[in-house]
Amino acid sequence: MHDSNEVKIPIGPQHPALKEPESFLINLRGEKITSASVRLGYNHRGIEKACEERTYVQGLYLIERICGICSHSHSTCFVQAVEEIAGLEIPSRAEYIRTLVAELERMHSHLLWLGVAGHEIGFDTLLMYTWRDREIVMDVLAMLTGNRVNYGINTIGGVRRDIKPEHREEIIKAIGLLEERTKYYIELAQEESTLIKRLSGVGVLKPQDAKKLGAVGPTGRASGIERDARKDDPYAAYPELEFKVITAQQCDVYGRTLVRLGELMESYSMVRQIMHKIPDGPIAIKAPRKIPAGEAVSRYEAPRGEDVHYVRANGTDKPDRVKVRAPTLANVQAVSKMLEDRYLADMPIVVAAIDPCFSCTDRMIALRDTGKRKNNTVDWESLRLKGIEWYKKHGVDCSVLNKRLAQLRSGI
Amino acid sequence: MLKALFYIFVFPGFLFLFTFGFIAEYVDRKLYARLQNRVGPPWFQPLADFIKLLAKEEVIPEEADVTVFRLMPTFALAAACTAILYIPIWSTHAVYHFNGDIIVVLYLLTVPTLCYFLGGWYSRSIFSMVGAIRALTQLFAYEVPLFLCLLASSLLADTWSISEMVAFYNNHLGYWFCNLLGFGVAIVALLGKLEKVPFDIAEAETEIVAGPFTEYGGRFLALLRMTFNVEMVVGASLFAAVFLPFGLNLPPVLLFVFYLIQVFFIIGVISFLRTLFARLRLDQMINFCWKYLAPLAFVQVLLNLILKGILPR
Repeated sequence: MHDSNEVKIPIGPQHPALKEPESFLINLRGEKITSASVRLGYNHRGIEKACEERTYVQGLYLIERICGICSHSHSTCFVQAVEEIAGLEIPSRAEYIRTLVAELERMHSHLLWLGVAGHEIGFDTLLMYTWRDREIVMDVLAMLTGNRVNYGINTIGGVRRDIKPEHREEIIKAIGLLEERTKYYIELAQEESTLIKRLSGVGVLKPQDAKKLGAVGPTGRASGIERDARKDDPYAAYPELEFKVITAQQCDVYGRTLVRLGELMESYSMVRQIMHKIPDGPIAIKAPRKIPAGEAVSRYEAPRGEDVHYVRANGTDKPDRVKVRAPTLANVQAVSKMLEDRYLADMPIVVAAIDPCFSCTDRMIALRDTGKRKNNTVDWESLRLKGIEWYKKHGVDCSVLNKRLAQLRSGI
Repeated sequence: MLKALFYIFVFPGFLFLFTFGFIAEYVDRKLYARLQNRVGPPWFQPLADFIKLLAKEEVIPEEADVTVFRLMPTFALAAACTAILYIPIWSTHAVYHFNGDIIVVLYLLTVPTLCYFLGGWYSRSIFSMVGAIRALTQLFAYEVPLFLCLLASSLLADTWSISEMVAFYNNHLGYWFCNLLGFGVAIVALLGKLEKVPFDIAEAETEIVAGPFTEYGGRFLALLRMTFNVEMVVGASLFAAVFLPFGLNLPPVLLFVFYLIQVFFIIGVISFLRTLFARLRLDQMINFCWKYLAPLAFVQVLLNLILKGILPR
């Protein structure tokens, strides 16, 4: 039954709240959301397939461009898988540098998120402040790697650039500055009443739902799930670093904010440890051009959650298959759960709270019969029947005419 | 006749309000930007925006009611501009005044909101309609506290005419101090009227694009934006007249300068307030207005009723 009190609001594919095209169809009664559906597929770029056409080193550059924010996450994840297949043991200094860039990336991603979250709830001052502070870490990244976003620091067998001794001081100084600012934001998050009003109790994801829907990263951790690839399946230099996995029990957007702010503080301490502990030595070993046959899955804790790459090699210089599971794909399922029974006004912040990165996550959509588990082969007759059903549902009914036609035919 | 036309079109009518509106918008935007650690626009930006919008193509949605859609921006602007005629600017008396003009001014200041509603509703776009409903719902939240505060001030002065209120507070310097609470409440309510953070619910960009104004573009949008500027100026002028020590028995020119200082002070307070908060949700705003603002306004009314009996006239 069509309820006349309900309106459908399309949020996306083009909408000011979304930074990338994605479609959310919201059913609204008054200001309340009754149901929401998510549709992916506006931004598919075919990177996985393109990787198969390229050598590993070329693929690395393509993989780095999956995401504009967590570019280092994807390239590290891919490189780790390739190195595992090739059986390469990379130098310790290289692992430290990778970890350093990873944590710096986490800082800029979380600060960016905080600003976006502020904008979504109409708190533009927060946006301006955090993005100004984010420049500090962007400058550090540019100093270390030469780039602000796609760092290009990874290579198979290590990293491409070394840290110079004079960088040390500047990094420590920048971290000190950022830590001070983050403390201010934590204070703000605990005290600013309109911020708390807009965030707490919004987008609730109970721990059991988070587990069931497979939420990862800060989204899962804010629902009390202590899961972090850096602790559970340590890679790079993480086994040698001390850090806490930040969780929150609020299960809502406010909890997610606190988790991210807490993670920022952990990142600062980790960078300090790295600068203290980083060993001397080479930064890369020579990698073979052809990778022996084999397969590997690599896990990496990106700022948005766990990133998984699967690589299958066939002994040539090109991979046989590359599969990317970006963290947003794991989290986007939870969005419609979070939106249930919320207000329209909460919709942007709920979507933003998973820190979505749609172009990383986008998939092709294929028509599939879920009952028979058969792929999109539909015979002509069933397609015709499907069409008739569809038109019937939308008020065009030709069955009477058809009957009359059949009668006429049998009459002849 | 010529004098009346001068009043309406030049001073303090259209021309003055337009110029003042642009300056007010500039001050608001610049202050807002500086408070957010940004550079902010150059001084001519509001004018440049206005001219740019005027030059743009007019697009009217096919399903929209063309007459209402076209008429509403003009209507809103006209109403906001008319209100200034009853508010004193350069002397303790306005261009026109009669007992009860404060009601007329309040009515004229409500008209733009109704125009936004009608314009949005007849745009027939889903975002406009949701925004229109929000604008109207918001109206019921902030209007009552705002009216009560102004009522309180006029109770103490024992008149329904703004000009006579100004004259009264002029003769009893220091009495304006009694209305401070009402002034605070009214400023917050004005944020709602001007649809500024934290009460910019009706045009919440990240939710419903631009609310009632989603379908507006070109010169209609230019007029609507102008209406907001004029509303800001008129609202601030009204507050300056009613709540602040307006006259101080100064000669006209000095008084006008003093008036400008007061208006800019109020605009400054508004820009400052809107840097501080996140946007509230509609239900939260209504709760806030009825739970805190309206009772506070009632306290002011009660206070003034008591003070009226105690204080010498």
